[in-house]
Amino acid sequence: MQDFLQAYSWINMRFLLTGLWVTIEVSVISIIFSFIIGSILGVIRYMKVKYLSAIVGFIIDMIRNLPLLLIIFFTYFALPRIGVHFNVTVSTIVAMTIFESAMLAEIVRSGIKAVPKGQLEGALSNGLNFYQALWHILLPQAYKKMIPPIVSQFVSLIKDTSLATIIMLPEVTFRAQTIYAQKPMEIIPMFLMLAILYFILNFTISQIGSYIDRRMVS
Amino acid sequence: MWTLFTSHASEFFTGFGWTILSSVIALIGSTILGLGFALLQIVPNRFANIVGKIYIEVVRNIPLLVITMFFYVVVAKVLNLNGFVSGTIGLTLYTSAFIAETIRAGINSVDSGQYEGARSNGLSWWQAMRYVVLPQAIRLVIPPLGNQFVNLIKNSSVLAFVAGLDLMYQANMISQLTFDTFGPYIIVAIFYLILTLPLSYYMRYLENKTDR
Amino acid sequence: MQIKKVAGLTLGFLAAGLFVSGVATSPVQAETAAKNQTYDRIKKTHTMNWGVKGDTKLMGLTNIRTGKLEGFDIDMAKAITKRIDPKAKPELTQITSGTRVPMLLNGNIDAIIATMTITPERKKVVDFSEPYFNAGQALMVMKKSDVKSIKDLNHKGARILGVQGSNSIENVKKFAPKAKVVALPDYATALTALESGQGDALTTDNSILYGMAVDNHNVKVVGGNFTTEPYGVAVDKADPKLTKAINKAIDEMKADGSYDKLAKKWFNDVPGMNWKEVTE
Repeated sequence: MQDFLQAYSWINMRFLLTGLWVTIEVSVISIIFSFIIGSILGVIRYMKVKYLSAIVGFIIDMIRNLPLLLIIFFTYFALPRIGVHFNVTVSTIVAMTIFESAMLAEIVRSGIKAVPKGQLEGALSNGLNFYQALWHILLPQAYKKMIPPIVSQFVSLIKDTSLATIIMLPEVTFRAQTIYAQKPMEIIPMFLMLAILYFILNFTISQIGSYIDRRMVS
Repeated sequence: MWTLFTSHASEFFTGFGWTILSSVIALIGSTILGLGFALLQIVPNRFANIVGKIYIEVVRNIPLLVITMFFYVVVAKVLNLNGFVSGTIGLTLYTSAFIAETIRAGINSVDSGQYEGARSNGLSWWQAMRYVVLPQAIRLVIPPLGNQFVNLIKNSSVLAFVAGLDLMYQANMISQLTFDTFGPYIIVAIFYLILTLPLSYYMRYLENKTDR
Repeated sequence: MQIKKVAGLTLGFLAAGLFVSGVATSPVQAETAAKNQTYDRIKKTHTMNWGVKGDTKLMGLTNIRTGKLEGFDIDMAKAITKRIDPKAKPELTQITSGTRVPMLLNGNIDAIIATMTITPERKKVVDFSEPYFNAGQALMVMKKSDVKSIKDLNHKGARILGVQGSNSIENVKKFAPKAKVVALPDYATALTALESGQGDALTTDNSILYGMAVDNHNVKVVGGNFTTEPYGVAVDKADPKLTKAINKAIDEMKADGSYDKLAKKWFNDVPGMNWKEVTE
């Protein structure tokens, strides 16, 4: 029991929380970028622009069907070979953004598609052009319905930052491993703390998400 | 690229085999577990509902890597689990929470009048589920379930962290032997796509069909 | 009909993917970097990026209290940097055995000083400085284990833990061909795996193993060294000037006693280790 509590000394906790901050930082930046890029790609794919939509669709399908771990390796080890250099943090953000944008694009595309056809036709016959209809009629309704899948995608993103331990991103999982490798007695308390930290972070986000969802629907 | 593939073909195919095996075991295991936890959430018993809810929320909010590592380095002290087994258990538990949520959502979206009708015709709760609600729910959840299976195959790459012999592990080993950081990953990417792309497209086809 | 369409789409995409990747690889192999870019950049920007270990006690380890890296390799990196350019600041990037060579070749780091053995295979892809440390591969087992040497593990069913990208796992194939190698991403995971019974022994260089055994009383180093592992600083082949400068720095350090001082600082109090032996 004493060992157990000792594992939560201020020194260990500070080390872990610094890692949690890295997790949050990387996640938030990736969420912002992938939300913007994913939305644009999703709209392009929905619009069926000649060639462009097909190419975008092709890229999205490839990325969506590959493991994120593989994409992390790619951005960290393959991109520098064509002259693009990133440090670990930026690499992770780029990899997360590439992967999550593709995932979000698919959510956005099917979200817009789910808006009843009459809405678009109505808007067009009322004199709006396609982009106005998209911006004022289709997207607002689509996003309202998309809140749950988007939020769960963001939760996935936060969890997936743990995969970046493979390229030594000093986030919270990596730091927990560092601690229990040096102090084997602290392995169980470290796993418990990891579970608690991730749970609090992700559960809070899910709850906020469903709160917004309820507000929007009513 | 071709010579890299032919000179390490046995490693790549070994990895492919382990990835498939792990995915299939986890797919079966997580479907059974997921169905169980979905039912646990809707049975008319408050305690069971809470147990189901807690399991799903806890497992869903913790990274797969953390669950897998837990089995590999903590549980293995008591039970003898190697990397492949730990990884597959982690994958099964993690995916089961998502499948449970998917199935529960499917059951909820079946018109409640159906269930009430069945009950008022004298069917028990279980009979109403078994013969009226579940058959309809399953048809609804097949596309999202298929997407979960695609995620499962992709997530099986977590085995690489625990020497699970899968595709990703083999790619790492070959890459470190040959100092080539590009070729091995492109080759395993193709192997992954062989598994995931057909499933993805088939699910999209089913989705489009039900939409119409 | 639909199955055919799905199969067709998949095949089409795979073919296109192969084509794209083929195109993407070709210019990469043709690329030749300008000579001595790294050396000139260090002189200009006064920073030198080192790839170092963060999970091996004595050589390179993250201090949980301060969050900083410390060890013999780290001190060497700092000292060499100062001797190459007195104004330069060393930047330390944590790497693993598996990631260090690609990171060097990709230009993410300027040099590797991370328990890296000079081997003929590696010499084909990177340049090495002269050896600055003499390690040897050994075995670590749990205290209660009766494994005494690598020979005891040369049987079917034996599992030997190692780290991906280390040449120790290649050596196992020579010394215990019947044993199964379990290769993990880093030493932190490998040590934890040994304690959890994921293998019968952990093999790597004695310098790393002794470091692990300092704080951990459940494990022991056994059997003595069965290989010699001279460590060198690795540099991109395109930077011969940097390799030369590093060699000069190491020579100076050996001549003025600062090298011995560092070796003594880190290895003098380690049970089972003789600092004079490893620095010969």
